[in-house]
Parts: sequence; C-alpha cells; structure tokens
Amino acid sequence: MKTDDLVALLSTNPGLVDRSSVVRTLCVALTAGMVVALGIAFVGLGVRSDLMTTRALGFLIVKLAFAVGIVSLALVYLTRLARPGGERKTPSFLVAMPFLVIVFLAAISLWFTPSSHWDEMIVGDQWLECLLSIPIIAIVPFAISIWAVRRAAPTDLVRTGAVAGLISGGVSAMAYALHCTDDSLPFVAVWYGGTILLCTLAGAALGPRLLRW
Amino acid sequence: MTTHETELKELMLASLDGDGASHRALLERLSRRLRAYYKGKLAGIGRDATEAEDLVQEAVLAIHVKRHTYDPAQPLTPWVHAIARYKLIDFLRRNRASFADVPIDEADEVMAHDDNVSAESTYDVRRLMERLPKKMRCSIEAVKLDGLSIAEAAERCGISEPGVKVNIHRGLKALAALIAQETRT
Repeated sequence: MKTDDLVALLSTNPGLVDRSSVVRTLCVALTAGMVVALGIAFVGLGVRSDLMTTRALGFLIVKLAFAVGIVSLALVYLTRLARPGGERKTPSFLVAMPFLVIVFLAAISLWFTPSSHWDEMIVGDQWLECLLSIPIIAIVPFAISIWAVRRAAPTDLVRTGAVAGLISGGVSAMAYALHCTDDSLPFVAVWYGGTILLCTLAGAALGPRLLRW
Repeated sequence: MTTHETELKELMLASLDGDGASHRALLERLSRRLRAYYKGKLAGIGRDATEAEDLVQEAVLAIHVKRHTYDPAQPLTPWVHAIARYKLIDFLRRNRASFADVPIDEADEVMAHDDNVSAESTYDVRRLMERLPKKMRCSIEAVKLDGLSIAEAAERCGISEPGVKVNIHRGLKALAALIAQETRT
C-alpha cells in the first residue's frame, strides 16, 4: 500500500477531536480508583473505632496529607507522561518531596523521643497488616490507571508505569489510613512510605509490558 | 521557531477541529519528513532502507489515532518526534535488533529533511482489513474509503451513529496492531 493511500484513508471524514480527553480520562480513573479503594477499606477492614478522638483524628490528617500530596503530584506527572515526549520536560525529583518531608518529620519525632521507645514507634502493632494491605488495595486502582494511560500515548513506559504505581499506592494509603491505628510519624514514614515505594517499583517493572501501543 | 513548526502546528490545530483538508495536508507533509528521518536512521544502523516505508505508515497511523494526546499549548515538533522515535525503537525491538545503537537525537531532526519518493509498504492494508470484525470493517470502508457520512454508514452497517464512530476508532487501532504484527520478521 502507498503511504498516500493511507493518508487519504485517514483524512476522509476525520471527525472532531476532544482535546481535553487525556486529562479527563485520568481524572475519571483516579476517582474510580479512590471509590474502589475506599470501598475495600470500609467493607474489608472497617474504619478505626477511635476515629473521633483528637489524637486519632490528628494522625489521620497527617497520613491523609502525606497520601494526598503524593497523589496530587503523581497526577500532575501522569498527565504529562501520558503524552508523547512528556518525559522530556518532567524532572523526577519533585515527586519525591512528600517522602522527604515525612522522613524529615519522622527524624525530628525520633530526636525528641528516648531511644528505648524507637522500636515501638517504628514497628508499631500492625506493620505486617500495613505491609500487605496497601499493595493489595492498590491493585484495582493500578489497573484502572493503566487502562486510562493506555488510552493516551506514553513514550517512556518505565517512568509512566512507575508513576501509575505511585498514584495507586497513594490512593491505597489514603483508604488504609482510615483503618490503621498505628499513630507515629516514623511508622508512617517507614511502612506507608515503603509500601508506596514498593507499588512504584512494581509499576516501573510492569510498565513496559502493560503500556505498549 | 522554524517555519515548519508554525505551519504544521496550524494544520494540526485545524485538523483537531475536524478539517479533513488540513488533516490530509498535515499527514502528507509529515509523512515526507518521517520518510527522510527513518531512511537516515535505518541507514545509520546498517538496516535496509526499504523498511522505512512500513515505519512511515506506522507512525502516520499512530499520529492519526493518538492525535488527541497533542497538547495545543506545546510545540508540535517534539510531539511528532517522540512518536517517530518510539515507533522506531518499538520496530527494532520487535525485529530483535539492538536499539542501543540508535543514537539520541534532537527533536528538530524529525523535521530536518523532506523525502517524497514514496514506496509501497510490505503489507496490504485492504487485505489486513479483512481480518477485522465485521462492524469495524464495514464502518471504516463506508466512511474512510467510500466517503459516506456517519449517518449513511450507520444505515449501511446496521448500527447506530455513535456505534460507527466507535467502530472506526477501534478498527484503526486494531489495524495499527495488525500492521505491527505484519512487519515482525
């Protein structure tokens, strides 16, 4: 077939193109992922019973702020990476900011605590549950964001996959925070930060396979 | 900013608004630039330049199917270049060649030269189209080959008007996948 014939075929009745569809699809996917994650957390795990105490509420806000920070930054990155060449003008370090902030806060909180308490602050009661829950809750939001990115055209599949993993890890952490009763900054830094990082690595590893077009 | 960038971006914006003539002019001009780009790249890594035409058509099809991912706030050249380069690396990977040999290039390179010596690609789109599901094939043939309106195509294929649009979109994507399969050696 001649290229001219292909061009003729493609340009007969090409139709209108919706210019905002990339951003809109990603936002829809994010919302759907949040609904699913919250549903799993509510039904599967249940909301923590002491939610209305000041201390619990305070820590819930810290955890949510950490997760929301990650999710919003990751969404900005994903809208760029989903377009061809988007990786060129996207420096990666900004997306690490929420992690740096939480590690810094955790270090300060350890600084003011006698080292005999460090173990329970870092390990907490439910570290294993946290380690398992966040990646498991992240699976469906991850699948939905991959679906959304596939409708666009990423050209750096490792980085795009990583950010899709990051955003689903963040969404999952938001939902898990409603259940989690371990209230210490070092716990959030190690187990929330660590599991979200794990989701990011998994996304980077799966990206080239799932996102090819 | 080069004149190519300015002119082609204008064509792109008009084509996004549904102007068929602009879309055609855009794809024609881009295909000539892409041909020169791919011939140069393939020669640079010691591969046959006849494969260039397959790549040109893959890239043209990708530009068409993915044109909703172009952000009008950005210049067009880097967007085209990213697609062209992605399709080159994907092509080499499919053919088990080393893509480590492809040197990093500047976005402007994709617009640098013009080559209008068009050749036949190694596959036949009409024949590939026979492998598409019936509704997709009927919709593409009616609207894209016979130039019918969406309403006429809906009547001929026995599906709704939105159905025709969806089937064309999915059909072209499926066609792109078939072409990719076909050019695997």
